[in-house]
Amino acid sequence: MAGQSTYKPSNGFTKWLDDRLPIMRLGYDSFVDFPTPRNLNYWWTFGGILTVCLGIQIVTGIILAMHYTPEATMAFNSVEHIRRDVNWGRIIQGTHAVGASMFFIAVYIHMFRGMYYGSYKAPREILWMLGVVIFLLMMATAFFGYVLPWGQMSFWGATVITNFFSAVPVVGDAILQLLRGGFAVDNPTLNRFFSLHYLLPFMIAGVVGLHIWALHVPGNNNPAGIPVKSKQDTVPFHPYYTLKDGFAIVVFLIPFAWFVFFAPDILGHADNYIPANSQVTPTHIVPEWYFLPFYAILRAITFNIGIPFTDITFIDSKLGGVIAMFGAIVVLFFLPWLDRSPVRSGGFRPMFKWFFWLQVISFIALGYLGSKPAEGTYVVFAQIFTAYYFAYFLIILPVLSRIETPKALPASISESVLKVEAKSATTA
Amino acid sequence: MPDNDQKDPNRRDFLYVASGAVGAVAVAGAVWPLIDQMNPSAAVLALASIEFDVSSVPEGGSVTIKWRGLPVFVRHRTEAEIEEARAVPMSDLKDPQTDAERVKEGHEQYLIMIANCTHLGCVPVGESGDFDGWFCPCHGSHYDTAGRIRKGPAPANLVVPDYEFVSDTVVRIG
Repeated sequence: MAGQSTYKPSNGFTKWLDDRLPIMRLGYDSFVDFPTPRNLNYWWTFGGILTVCLGIQIVTGIILAMHYTPEATMAFNSVEHIRRDVNWGRIIQGTHAVGASMFFIAVYIHMFRGMYYGSYKAPREILWMLGVVIFLLMMATAFFGYVLPWGQMSFWGATVITNFFSAVPVVGDAILQLLRGGFAVDNPTLNRFFSLHYLLPFMIAGVVGLHIWALHVPGNNNPAGIPVKSKQDTVPFHPYYTLKDGFAIVVFLIPFAWFVFFAPDILGHADNYIPANSQVTPTHIVPEWYFLPFYAILRAITFNIGIPFTDITFIDSKLGGVIAMFGAIVVLFFLPWLDRSPVRSGGFRPMFKWFFWLQVISFIALGYLGSKPAEGTYVVFAQIFTAYYFAYFLIILPVLSRIETPKALPASISESVLKVEAKSATTA
Repeated sequence: MPDNDQKDPNRRDFLYVASGAVGAVAVAGAVWPLIDQMNPSAAVLALASIEFDVSSVPEGGSVTIKWRGLPVFVRHRTEAEIEEARAVPMSDLKDPQTDAERVKEGHEQYLIMIANCTHLGCVPVGESGDFDGWFCPCHGSHYDTAGRIRKGPAPANLVVPDYEFVSDTVVRIG
């Protein structure tokens, strides 16, 4: 899609600059005259929305670090100080905390959009995998950030999550001490989490750069899932998609602002307003909502895996849960090779569509189950949905690629657009 | 010189491999301090042993003390609880251990354990659960009156730390 550059320096200075550092040309070719499929719908605006989310988190985060104290006896109070005493601190801290939730809403929509329209398929495998890397970095960053206010949920969240690594055979406890810098989560843990929480967003920004680079080689996928064939299939990125993305960003910021202004704590837990206490665990600990589906998968593995009818165990339930939880993300890396169907867009795959929406429902159901206590029928349902989650990737998609007969694809993007327009004209 | 290179390729290959290997060792040596700094510091390790007077815990009572940043239960068990723990057949246990193996001889009434669930580290609630011992609210593990795992996702019994009675009533943990 890169093609020939159409940038023309408009004056003597930009021409002088262009001969030495063609940065204006890069910006122009990437975000102004970049040929973009003309049929992108609003699901395609979440890339822009996510860029804005990252920007908001970095700016508010740098400001918060000017007032926050990463020390076990002072951290909790310093966050209260930000919220009560620092000029505008209530809004800035609220924006950062709510911003994490909005970031994850946007990233989940962005990922499911990619899964429905087959955006992970050739030639966009690397683009997809870089996205999964970004998602992993986001999860790590959000976890480190949630520990910093040093409330009860912060402390016990850090204890439980670092304990995942104790499930590793033989060297588990050594890894655990290395991560915590002590025998329990304590001040050294808080210090390093603060350091890493500051570092990772810049790593995310770097991988986002690679993600956009990998996007601009083949260009955008689109709702029809067919490649661009002629100039008629595209419009320039600016003004068409700068404005469409801009409008979507404004709409996205409305609920964002509502949360910040009226309910900054509604997505959090009251227990995190109790200072960390290493002697008492809150009776019901749950992670932030955006980790709940993975938490449900962790808890769904309540059985040991070994040779049936003997006492021999290869993987106990603890290690099994941790493997399943990380596996739920690792499997995404292999998605481009698990779904072999040559048709990208789910819109032309009559069977795929049903299984896809079941997967969406299953993911939401896992989120609900993750928030419930791990007992009785909750566990049974979590096991059923966990089984479906993995079956979708490992069984359903590979089988569908063989047995499904897709609908006829339109000849080109412009034809698919004109057809829709003709249809709505006749019905009007 | 080019002539020489072609005549003696083995010598050049050896030099490449040898300098590469030395370089790798040097890099590993330089990286190790950068990783090891994350391990517990001397200040953390210096707090590794404490003394506690168990006579302050009444029969049927329990206290939680702090050792190496970890909570530790000191439970003064009743006769009934000790009997209950001793009566359990080994075949009922996921992580088989007799009651005697979990306490010190002559001090069977005192059960001293690290108060972190062996599943993911939450602090279980005392005198509750299906086996009258401890119940972990995080993921539903039940422990009996000897702190042994009986039901739930935890893989092992509550950990008994290294400790000894330095007098009749004082224990040193660690």
